[in-house]
Amino acid sequence: MDIPAELETKIDEAITQYPVSKRSATLPLLHLIQEQLGYIDEAAIEWVAKKLGLEPINVLELVTFYPMIRREPAGKHHIRVCRTLSCAMAGSYELLDTFCKYARIDRQHNGHGTHLLKSEDGKYSIEFVECLASCGFGPVCMINDDFYEAVSQEEVPQLLEKYQ
Amino acid sequence: MASTTRTPHPREKRIIFKNIDRPGWTNDIECYLHDGGYEELKKAFTMKPEQIVNEVKASGLRGRGGAGFPCGVKWGFIKPGGSKPVYLICNADESEPGTFKDRYIIHQDPHQLLEGMIISCYAVNARLAYIYIRGEFPEGAKILEHALAEAKEQGFLGKNILGSGFDLEIYVFRGAGAYICGEETGLIESMEGKRPYPRIKPPYFPAVLGLYMCPTIVNNVETLCNVKHIVRIGGAEYAKMGKPNNTGTRLLCVSGDVQQPGYYEFEVGGITIGELINDICGGMKPGRTLKAVIPGGSSAKVLNAKDRYKIKAKQPDGTTVELEMGLEDIPIDFDTLAAAGSMAGSGGVIVMDDTRDMVWALNNINEFYAHESCGQCTPCREGSLWMKKITERMLHGGGVEQDTDTLKTVADNIAGRTICAFGEACAWPTQSFIDKFRDEFAATAGKKGSENGSTNH
Repeated sequence: MDIPAELETKIDEAITQYPVSKRSATLPLLHLIQEQLGYIDEAAIEWVAKKLGLEPINVLELVTFYPMIRREPAGKHHIRVCRTLSCAMAGSYELLDTFCKYARIDRQHNGHGTHLLKSEDGKYSIEFVECLASCGFGPVCMINDDFYEAVSQEEVPQLLEKYQ
Repeated sequence: MASTTRTPHPREKRIIFKNIDRPGWTNDIECYLHDGGYEELKKAFTMKPEQIVNEVKASGLRGRGGAGFPCGVKWGFIKPGGSKPVYLICNADESEPGTFKDRYIIHQDPHQLLEGMIISCYAVNARLAYIYIRGEFPEGAKILEHALAEAKEQGFLGKNILGSGFDLEIYVFRGAGAYICGEETGLIESMEGKRPYPRIKPPYFPAVLGLYMCPTIVNNVETLCNVKHIVRIGGAEYAKMGKPNNTGTRLLCVSGDVQQPGYYEFEVGGITIGELINDICGGMKPGRTLKAVIPGGSSAKVLNAKDRYKIKAKQPDGTTVELEMGLEDIPIDFDTLAAAGSMAGSGGVIVMDDTRDMVWALNNINEFYAHESCGQCTPCREGSLWMKKITERMLHGGGVEQDTDTLKTVADNIAGRTICAFGEACAWPTQSFIDKFRDEFAATAGKKGSENGSTNH
């Protein structure tokens, strides 16, 4: 697997933050690789294992556990809508539907543990996530790393406009 | 995307949130230093570590993450002069539904957290510390990393801090979307690069066998911020805020059906549920009445607005009296909410009005816990999923008469039978929703197919 030199420098620096056990750097490395390459494939799992002196299963068991680590590419822009109680009371189910409508994503078969929902052109992917910790200002969502509070359905088209 | 900044309500007592939404305030170190920042760290270095531990004990500070365990007692478990290194971890995995306080500290006042944390590390002799921040706070993680670099540049971190001879490094560790990492032993496993399956206590009390099997203190963001203020005013003075055994201030996060949801800070027990809703949050929405309150994050037991609550309260002279009060008269503090059958938990107050369907609300909560159960213990892994399946089926008109009792039986067989408190966290909503709103559950269970009009999801 080809890891760009700049990324490997970041990776080496991250490992120094765990002087007691390199294994602690597994999740940080997965974050770094996913940020750059979009998802974690078999080659990335083996690369991380080798880098940290672990068995691939040690890495795989984290990849399959943590909801934020992806095994397939997301859309160019990834949308997360909060599903949990306060946001649901504020209309997050309707917000998810509206995002799907304007991003042209087929919402069928959505749910935890299923594949990411993506638009056909690959521009957007969407998922329902659990509590994003801004419950007073629901419904909330994230687009990539950007965070939005009190999002009305009417705002969805202009919001998507920002992410081309 | 309406503005969410607020000026503090006159009844608030802002200490931890002093700088949140403060005009002209920025989160860089210059602003913090200009405002007298890191003076308490300098003061701390004039004290012996044990003195700080004693001040924290005297303050009565209880953990702000959910369990309310006395912070000084936790620190006291670390025996000075041990052969193993000590670690401190700041739990910034804020993920209890209804809770949104740490986000603002991290984003707007990161140096307050760092100062509290450095003082705390000095007090327990930790030379390596981590901030475990949830993965969904990418901006927060960047802000903290920047703040750490600033603090290091100023000599507040690194070798021989301010000439004290004390060395400390702090790093940020990012989670990846798993609620269980807020449980301190799950968090530790996560930091060790393993699946975050909580450890069984005993023997794995973090203060004895924590990170890398060394003594470890795990404290919530708000708790660590409080330490700075305890050093500033002294434990005895701090303990004058709030009431006995419920000292200091508390950040309350209000969400749901009130006119002005948001984040507020009050002396512990200084406000009742009714005052919070009506005086601070502008009351219920027009034409609506209060139906239910979850007072301490979604795992806290729900309280019904129609019920009367019998509360045993300790008087200043040590005697106990039994008071009877309505939901709105309950003061928000650790002991009274526990006496009312719920908990102050993480300070997340979720308010529901008379339009809310309690089966729908519980189903939403059940889906959360079914998704977040780590899967280690069978009662929780299976039970949380079954509770969700039952409430979901009830909502979609597939309920049967026994559902209410079945739900309760499933919940009763999770609580107390798991390695960590997640078992209780997922059982308490089901137990309490059924206990407080049994008629509603029975009615929904009896409805068939399209009869049930409340299921828009």
